[in-house]
Amino acid sequence: MNTDPTDQSALTPVIQPWVGRTGGLITALRAVQAKIGFLPPETEAAAASAFNLSRAEVKGVISFYSDFHRAPQGRTVIRLCAAEACQAQGCRSLEAEVERRFALKTGMTSVSRDVTLERVYCLGLCSAGPAAMVGGRLIGKATSEKIARAVELQGAS
Amino acid sequence: MTTLSRHTIHIPLDSVAVALGADEVARAAAHEAAARGIELTIVRTGSRGMHWLEPLVEIERGGVRHGFGPIEAADVPLLLDALAAGTMAHRKSLGAIEEIPYFRAQTRLTFNRCGVVDPLSIDDYRAHGGLEALEKAVALTGASICDAIMMSGLRGRGGAGFPAGIKWKTVAATDADQKYIVCNADEGDSGTFADRMIMEGDPFLLIEGMAIAGLAVGASEGYIYLRSEYPVAARVMSEAIAGAYRGGLLGADVLRSGRRFDLELFIGAGAYICGEETSLLNSLEGRRGEVRAKPPLPAIEGLFGKPTLVQNVLTFCAVPTIIEDGAARYRNLGVGKSTGTMPFQISGNVKYAGLYETAFGVTLRDLVEKIGGGTQNGRPVHAIQIGGPLGAYLPNALLDLTADYETLAAIGAGVGHGGIIVFDNTVDLLEQARYAFEFCAEESCGKCTPCRIGAVRGVEIIDRIRNGEAQASNLETLSDLCELMVDGSLCAMGGMTPIPVQSAVKYFPDAFAKPGPRPKVAAKAGAETAP
Repeated sequence: MNTDPTDQSALTPVIQPWVGRTGGLITALRAVQAKIGFLPPETEAAAASAFNLSRAEVKGVISFYSDFHRAPQGRTVIRLCAAEACQAQGCRSLEAEVERRFALKTGMTSVSRDVTLERVYCLGLCSAGPAAMVGGRLIGKATSEKIARAVELQGAS
Repeated sequence: MTTLSRHTIHIPLDSVAVALGADEVARAAAHEAAARGIELTIVRTGSRGMHWLEPLVEIERGGVRHGFGPIEAADVPLLLDALAAGTMAHRKSLGAIEEIPYFRAQTRLTFNRCGVVDPLSIDDYRAHGGLEALEKAVALTGASICDAIMMSGLRGRGGAGFPAGIKWKTVAATDADQKYIVCNADEGDSGTFADRMIMEGDPFLLIEGMAIAGLAVGASEGYIYLRSEYPVAARVMSEAIAGAYRGGLLGADVLRSGRRFDLELFIGAGAYICGEETSLLNSLEGRRGEVRAKPPLPAIEGLFGKPTLVQNVLTFCAVPTIIEDGAARYRNLGVGKSTGTMPFQISGNVKYAGLYETAFGVTLRDLVEKIGGGTQNGRPVHAIQIGGPLGAYLPNALLDLTADYETLAAIGAGVGHGGIIVFDNTVDLLEQARYAFEFCAEESCGKCTPCRIGAVRGVEIIDRIRNGEAQASNLETLSDLCELMVDGSLCAMGGMTPIPVQSAVKYFPDAFAKPGPRPKVAAKAGAETAP
């Protein structure tokens, strides 16, 4: 494991403000991820030391929540809703179509690191399904064309 | 340039409206207004809940709000022409918005301001009846507030339907140096979006409800646990909390009562199980969101081991109405032990998808066919799922049942959080049952074996049934597995996953009788099938 002290000390200022706050570890991990894009291995030691926890406890929290990533994601993340209301509106065939269009399987990142395709279980857009989120952008009545256009817009910005 | 004219238009900031292009409409409106020399104020509101009309733009004329929708950016130039000309003529005109039958027929106690007011204006909130309940509550004793909640018959709107008054009294009666109010805004059930809508459209209502709860049970600190999949709700809620501090609704001296109530927004990190209250509390403490064994109840030992009142968003949002208009008025709405109103959320393959708040007593058929208008593609309604991923699949023949707690409990179903998902006759109920297990396997916290292992076994058994392997005995094994999960799971995740499965088997036996490939439904589990 990489425990380069310079890396770890770079994380401490991001983590430290959340020590002592309710649920602070989760918020601190989110802050690290917002800064770096994922949670590098050094996060565990840095957070463990800041929160006075064992590394195992920190690792347990990181691995529990689907928002936390231990490897970089693509520059644009496509999240397709896979839950029931969107199933009633054809999200299963949309997923297959998007997989074909981007030549990617759900859960994977393209080799170029341009795009990550993943499932999400409900965006609360059930009345306008199938729903998707591309980067931070919400898409209702999603089609693979709408998603491709949103990916282009993300790439351009 | 013509004479400068002043106008106001309302464009929703609600996630559904945004997902359908509301931000582009707002940008186009600002741009076109500038080009025409119109001084245009754009107020971003919540949604009226008529989602098939989103983005729904509203313009006030003579004290009446007129609706236009669904509006695309391309519709905006002609809309601004109509506005400037003082006519309300536009091909997408809907007339007076509150006269639309879908809207007019509702009983909006919780959602009466949603879509009307600027969600971030306390003045607007006050002008539309907000804060009257909190002003009343600061003069009442905690016990009398708890009594009112008890008397109203309000039941937890998160899914379990537990009488709120009993919880409130339990927390109030437990002595401790610190107590907490926790709002469960981890609205993870597919087919539900009422919490999201109210947080985006009327956030001060939730703040007011929670502050009243704090006064009632003697808790000086509150948390809203919000799922991370709701970025718009997070932004609005967080700005509203800051505004509430500035406006003296929160902090050391709530409405100059001398009593403290602090409120903080906490964002989850992607875990359906955190909608379960004990798992939520662990998560709020910064841990893995694993469920806790009950007892102790959170009302006695909750957050950090202190007495904690955990309620859903809609439960807290019903509180101001009850305090302001009296428990009796609330209690007189509804049927039997299902009192008050329920914001039903109708989605899936349905023509008029959206939110419909009405007193309990409405039938499922009314909600799906009369109000929802049947399926969007005109195919027959084959099944509905009510109450989220842990809710029952019901056939068309049962739609004449009333959508209340007792009636649905009698057939092993539940109201849940009021979400109804409509499926046409292309749905494969075996596939839906399989998904229920797949979802449970994905989202189980792993603490108890029946849920963690049972969900995986469930997927395997259903695959064997699908492949025509010893169907009769596998259906029996499936039934045994469901029974074991119901009896042996620690929480509702494992304990209620069998509900969609068993209801599918019971009401749609044909789906489990014919083995073989199922061409209508595209394969879904990415791990097993090539794209």
